[in-house]
Amino acid sequence: MNKVLQEKISNIDKEKLSREELSALAANLRLTMFDILQSRQTGHWGGASSSTEITTALYFNRMNIRPEDPAWAERDRLILSKGHASVNLYTMLATRGFFDTADLPSFRVLGSHLQGHPSMKKTPGVDMSTGALGHGLSIGVGMALASTLQGNDYFTYVLSGEGCLNEGQTWEAVMSAAKFRPKKLVYMIDYNKVQLDGTSNEIMPLDPLADKFKDFGWNVAPKTYDGHDMQEILDSFDWIDSDDVWPKLVVYNTVKGKGVSFMEGLNKWHGSPIDADSYAQGRPELVADIERKEAVL
Amino acid sequence: MSIAMREAFGKKLAELGKDNRDIVVLDADVSSSTKSGLFGKEFPARFFNVGVAEANMVGVAAGLATAGLRPVVNAFAIFLALKGTDQIRNVLCYNSLPVVIAGAYGGLSDSYDGASHQSITDIAIMRAMPNMEVIVPADSNQAQMALEYALEQNHPVYVRLNRNPMPEVPSDGNFSSKKAVVLREGSDVTIAANGITASMALEAGAILAAKGIEAEILSMAFVKPFDTESLAASVKKTGNLVTVEEHNIIGGFGSAALEALAATDLSFAYKAVGIEDTFTETGAYDELLAAYGLSGENIAEKAEKLLKK
Ligand SMILES: Cc1ncc(C[n+]2csc(CCOP(=O)(O)OP(=O)(O)O)c2C)c(N)n1
Repeated sequence: MNKVLQEKISNIDKEKLSREELSALAANLRLTMFDILQSRQTGHWGGASSSTEITTALYFNRMNIRPEDPAWAERDRLILSKGHASVNLYTMLATRGFFDTADLPSFRVLGSHLQGHPSMKKTPGVDMSTGALGHGLSIGVGMALASTLQGNDYFTYVLSGEGCLNEGQTWEAVMSAAKFRPKKLVYMIDYNKVQLDGTSNEIMPLDPLADKFKDFGWNVAPKTYDGHDMQEILDSFDWIDSDDVWPKLVVYNTVKGKGVSFMEGLNKWHGSPIDADSYAQGRPELVADIERKEAVL
Repeated sequence: MSIAMREAFGKKLAELGKDNRDIVVLDADVSSSTKSGLFGKEFPARFFNVGVAEANMVGVAAGLATAGLRPVVNAFAIFLALKGTDQIRNVLCYNSLPVVIAGAYGGLSDSYDGASHQSITDIAIMRAMPNMEVIVPADSNQAQMALEYALEQNHPVYVRLNRNPMPEVPSDGNFSSKKAVVLREGSDVTIAANGITASMALEAGAILAAKGIEAEILSMAFVKPFDTESLAASVKKTGNLVTVEEHNIIGGFGSAALEALAATDLSFAYKAVGIEDTFTETGAYDELLAAYGLSGENIAEKAEKLLKK
C-alpha cells in the first residue's frame, strides 16, 4: 500500500477517504485477502473478493465506529451474514485498527482469534458470529429495533449473498422487517449470482429480486448498483440518506472471484484452496489493478 | 487410509441408483462437498438441488417418500440436525417415513470452517427422536454398508459421515446385525469407540498393552438401536468402561452406552472421552482432534486412570 493511502487511513477520524482513495484501498485489500488465502490453503476467495469494494466503502467511508472501543454502544453495526467471507471482514477490521494486521496470517490456525467463520467472542469488531447461512437479517431486525428502544440512532447493515436468500428464515425476517419497520436497517446484497454448487440460476433462481422486496413492503433502491464501482457504491449511500423510510434494500451487482480474470464467475473458486499456479498467474492481475488505482492519487 | 468417507458414500449412492430406480437424492447447495453430486451426474432426473434450504429439503423428501420413493437427503450434519430438526421429527419420524438422512462433515471434520460448521450435537438430537436409527460408520467401507442398510429400512435412518480420508478399521461384514465389532480382546478395560474413533481406540490398545494393560476394544457404529448385549458382556468381564466419540459427551454415544448399561445389573467404573461440553474451534483436523482429547494417547491415559482408581 502506498504512503498517501497509509496516511489517509491513519487520519480517517478527521477526514473520510475519497472515492479514488477508497478504490485504491479496496484493490490493496483484495490482494491482502488473496495472499492470506493462498498461504493458508483454506478459506473462501470468491465471495470475499466480490464484496471487497462494498465492505471497504462501509468501513472506510460510511460506518460510525471506534476501533479503540469496539463495544461502543452507539456504533454502527455490520452483520456479515455470508460468514464464509470472513477473510474479507478480518482484513477490513485489521486495516481499520481493531486489531494488528500482523494477526492476519494466523487466519484459521488452531488457537488464532481469526476463526474459520467470524466469532464475536473472539475477534474485536465482529458484531455478530455467523457461518450458518440465513441468520443475519433476523438478527439485524433485532439490533435495529434495539437501537430505537434504547434511544440510540445507529445503522444496522446486513450483508449477504444469494445463499442466505435461499433459506426460509430470511423471508420470515423480510416479513417481520416490513411489519416492525426498524429504523436504519439496511440489507445489502452482494449479488454475484454464483453459489457453492453452481450459478444461482442453476441452484435457486432469485429474480426478479428487488421486486420481491418491493412486494413485501420494503423501501428498495431505485437501481441496482455496480458493487465494484466506488462511485456507484457512494451513490447508494446517498440514496440510503435520501429519506427516512425503513427497512431499506440495496442490491449490488458483483462478480464472484473479482479481480482474477480466470477465476471470475466460477463456483469452483467459492472455497477451493488457491493452488500455486493459479496464484502465480492471478497475483500480477491484482497488483496491476492496485498500480492503476494508485496512479491517480 | 481409505478414500474419504464422503467420496465412498457418493460413489455407492451412484452405484445403487443404477438398479434401484426408486432412489431419489436431494442436496442443499453442497453436492460438490457431500459428493451426492456423483449421483446427480448419473441421474439428473432423480436429483434435486434445493438450494441452501435444509428444512425445505427434508419436507420435499418426506413428500417423495409418501409415494414410495427412497429419498436420501444430503447436507452438512450440523445443518440437517439443526435446521431440519422440526421437519425430521414431526414429519419424518412421526410418520416413520423411510428417508435416509446423510450428515456430511460430521464431528470436527469440517475443521477449518470452525465451530459454526462442526457437528458436536447431531447424535444427541437424532437419537432422541422415536422411530429413528442412528449410525456412525467407522470408515469408508462401513459408510457404504450403512447406506445399503439404511435404504432397506422402513423408517428414517441418520448416517453420520466424515469429510476426510481416515484409517480403515476391521469389520465383520455383517453390518445389518447392528452388532459391535470386537477389534481386540482383553480383560482389564473395555474401550467402546463410536465411528472414526475406533482407529484411535486401537492405538490406545497398543499403548496400554506396552504397559501390561489388556484393553478390549469394541467398534460400535450403531448408536441406536444400541448393542447392549455385546457391551454388557465385555464390561462384565473388565469392570471398566471408556467410551469414545467425536461429539459432545452430553447426549451422544457415551450417554447411550450408560443408559443401556443402567438397565442391566452391572456395576463398573467409567470415563468418557469426547468434546467436553465446549464449543470447538478452527484448525487442522488432526491437531483439532488431539486438542479436544480424541487421540490414542488421551484414550489410553483415561483408561489407565480408571484402573488406578
Ligand atoms: C445453513 C448453511 N448451509 C450450507 C452452508 C454451506 N455454504 C457455505 S457458502 C454456501 C453458498 C453461498 O452462496 P452465496 O451466499 O451466494 O455466497 P457468495 O457467492 O456471496 O460467497 C454454502 C451452501 C452454510 N454455510 N450454511
